[in-house]
Amino acid sequence: MSIFTEAQAKAILDKVIALSKADQCIAQLKGSIDGNVRFALNNVSTSGIVSNVDLSVEVAFGKRVGIATINEFDDAALERCVRRAEDLAKLAPENPEFVPAVEKQAYKPTATFSPATAAITPDYRAQVAADSIQPCKAEKLVAAGFLQDGQSFVAFANSKGNFGYQQATNIDYTCTVRTDDGRGSGWVGHNLQDAKAFDASADIRTAMRKASASADAKAIEPGKYTVILEPVAAAGLLAFMFNDFRAREADEGRSFLSKKGGGNKLGEQIFDPRVNFTADPGHPDALVMPWDDDGLPRERMPIVTDGKVANLQYTRYWAQKQGKRATGEPGNIIMAGGTKTTAELIKTTAKGILVTRTWYIRMVDPQTVLLTGLTRDGTFYIENGQIKYPLKNFRFNESPVIMLNNIEELGRPVRVKGDESDLIMVLPPMKLRDFTFTSLSDAV
Amino acid sequence: MLRRDFLAASGFGLGGFVLPSTFGKLIAAEALLDGAIPVAVKKTLADAALAAATAAGASYCDVRVGRYLRQFVITRDAHVENVVNTESIGVGIRVIAGGAWGFAATNDMTTDGVATAARQAAAIAKANARNQTAPVQLAPTPGVGEVSWRAPIRTNAMSVPVKEKAALLLDVNAAALANGADFINSVLFSVNEQKYFASTDGSYIDQDVHRIWPLMRVTAVDKATGKFRTRSELSAPMGLGYEYLDGNKADQTVLPNGVVVFGKSYDMKGDAIAAAKQARAKLKAPSVKPGKYDLVLDPSHTWLTIHESVGHPTELDRVLGYEANYAGTSFATLDKRANHFKYGSDHVTIIADKIQPGSLGAVGYDDEGVKTKRWDLIKDGVLVDYQVIRDQAHIIGKTASDGCCYADSWSSVQFQRMANVSLLPGKAKLSVPDMIKDVENGIYIVGDGSFSIDQQRYNAQFGGQLFYEIKNGKVGGMIEDVAYQIRTPEFWNACVGVCDESDYRLGGSFFDGKGQPAQVSAVSHGSSTARFNGINVISTARSLG
Repeated sequence: MSIFTEAQAKAILDKVIALSKADQCIAQLKGSIDGNVRFALNNVSTSGIVSNVDLSVEVAFGKRVGIATINEFDDAALERCVRRAEDLAKLAPENPEFVPAVEKQAYKPTATFSPATAAITPDYRAQVAADSIQPCKAEKLVAAGFLQDGQSFVAFANSKGNFGYQQATNIDYTCTVRTDDGRGSGWVGHNLQDAKAFDASADIRTAMRKASASADAKAIEPGKYTVILEPVAAAGLLAFMFNDFRAREADEGRSFLSKKGGGNKLGEQIFDPRVNFTADPGHPDALVMPWDDDGLPRERMPIVTDGKVANLQYTRYWAQKQGKRATGEPGNIIMAGGTKTTAELIKTTAKGILVTRTWYIRMVDPQTVLLTGLTRDGTFYIENGQIKYPLKNFRFNESPVIMLNNIEELGRPVRVKGDESDLIMVLPPMKLRDFTFTSLSDAV
Repeated sequence: MLRRDFLAASGFGLGGFVLPSTFGKLIAAEALLDGAIPVAVKKTLADAALAAATAAGASYCDVRVGRYLRQFVITRDAHVENVVNTESIGVGIRVIAGGAWGFAATNDMTTDGVATAARQAAAIAKANARNQTAPVQLAPTPGVGEVSWRAPIRTNAMSVPVKEKAALLLDVNAAALANGADFINSVLFSVNEQKYFASTDGSYIDQDVHRIWPLMRVTAVDKATGKFRTRSELSAPMGLGYEYLDGNKADQTVLPNGVVVFGKSYDMKGDAIAAAKQARAKLKAPSVKPGKYDLVLDPSHTWLTIHESVGHPTELDRVLGYEANYAGTSFATLDKRANHFKYGSDHVTIIADKIQPGSLGAVGYDDEGVKTKRWDLIKDGVLVDYQVIRDQAHIIGKTASDGCCYADSWSSVQFQRMANVSLLPGKAKLSVPDMIKDVENGIYIVGDGSFSIDQQRYNAQFGGQLFYEIKNGKVGGMIEDVAYQIRTPEFWNACVGVCDESDYRLGGSFFDGKGQPAQVSAVSHGSSTARFNGINVISTARSLG
């Protein structure tokens, strides 16, 4: 069993801290059980369960740090692990950026655990695959998808008396549905915490609808267009930008948040005044652990307020060096918006392009956060408030910083996760002017 | 999908708690040299698993006993940020029972432990068989008895003390900082895969695979203008030992633009000094004027274009639709091969390869016991073949696997992964200066930069590290903000020449991602400098106001 109770975890961690003879000791236990099912060409291809639990022990003598890990928890094994970390620390070079362990904290628990998710069985996963495949088969569509569900715990303690324990669950479901002649493709993704709110047989309809509706796509000239980005399409772009909200890189002059002449853009207007981003570990749609990887408490914290940079991320080392307060690294990003759904935004659009998904986004120029990527799985032309016809996919070259200065309207935020980011985001659909498409793609 | 680059993804600060769960348990550096599991022990474990699987009704079983070692030495400017050594040991067992695959893995290294896992794999296979529409068909592969293969390395990187590696990186960093860099992050990444494979076909294969990758990112800042530019390493990840860092002059080439590039040996300090100067020069280089240009692409750049636009589209599982929800499908469909699709010009012959010494993909046998080889994918511009493994061969009428099956861990299921896919050098003698002298309006690109391609591998965009104008046959000054956009078949059909084999070099990555749950794979791509006429170049310069 790889999910320890708080008492079990605390007993192990207390032993580790007591065993250490170093100047300081930090111990962390992490355990998880992850299940998955994968399907393609309307058949289940693989399914599996992986469980794992690990203890990491980090000790320091002065500014010399050593780390060791182990997955056995008897007294002898714990002692071996602590001694190995101590031996490594004694041999390690001094780290001039060493910062002592965090003091004792009072974390505010977040409800990251859902019993229904932890209770998922292999039969449940098989049913999700069946619920995805059967309706597709019935309509001559071809499904390929993946469900991953997990339960986990994290517990940590340090020699300054700090301790934290919490359990979490997560579900991530994605499915690509293609027409059997390969001319249409749709996609659905659903990232959530609680299995009670998940219904693959409902979700699959979104992908099926987009697959059928995207066949017979027309080509239009690339260029600058008004677009409506569905929240998940925007997530891929914004996730890149949030990597750069670090104070150190901004202060060092190597970020879009660096200021000409030195310093950073804290407090400066960099987006449209309607742009508001907040990190909030207790947001009901995006609950995350109440601490970051360093054990710093996460706080509800504005990141961008009315288009101005409200906070940058200070690591403990950089905060100490700059005389600032270090804050927990955000685990989520909440963007404020309006009340309209994507469909309602379409209704008020004279001419524009609906982008339902973005793909293979990569940084082109970090100076301006210029990103390139493509649309896929349903791109549509909008005229007079209605979807007129499907469009061939585009490549875009666009910066989220420029994008967020070109806002026409923001809709109602929903929880999404980018393809290649662990950041949980709550984002609105966005109507933006002058979005830059640079070429056409033949891909379906 | 190629993972975002290691330095960027790690955010430069690799905490000790970040890596272990990804790569295995943390160990002391000295332990990287010890602890190899004796072959006799591996054979005993394998035989226990094979016997248990067979007794449980498996018609086929393979067992992989793996020990995977990784070491990261990570520095920032004048100090070592982290040294991480990881080890992952266990056994993966794959069986066919009732015509379906089943897989189970365990880190219980006892005969009872592996026998239990073998029975679990058989039970999973039988459960899967109930929903299977067609039984697995395995292309035959002969049992080879007890054999071994070792990467042709001279110095095991794991045997070099961490202190020496850290000293090298700090010396590299100091050289960059002394030559105009404001910041440098550097990493030495070493891998050793000790893999033992056994199957009911009668094979017992012991292999020792080594890889090394020195990485750096040099940043130059102009505080007055607020501009910053970076230049990353021109090294390649290689299937070599520590000797790759010898910096032999004989393995260096000075290009017509004065840039030094590297073959089988890398001068990291020399490259860092050049990187610092070039990053500063980038701050002042003019932006490219968008339009059509003839591109002259150095192998340090071309590997990534080959990877994305030829390597992936010729993977049979993508072609068939098995990767539709993650890595994507392929435009290079089976009908195109049947109709002799002209993928590229007559200059374009592209091979798949699992044997090239020093390459990342080279092994004696793949992860299902198939002896490795080299084969044609595109011959004289025509699409002729794909990359297939044992259970796919029959689908395209092949009688044998191509030997490109791989799992990134003992705990991952092996599946079709990209072989080294390389552009063959031109047959006629042609040097880089001779290629350039006919170019009237071109851009010379060195090093890999940003990359993105659609899910069927038609439309791609690539950047680079260094760009130089070519005017009337002469290489001119550095330019910036270059990216080119291609439609794959048009791009390869625009290839008008490939330099001869004297210019042939490898590039590659440790991080080719595929599958769900995702697995990574290391792959090399070789080429000589190649010329592509009339390619669409855009300017990536933007202003944030």
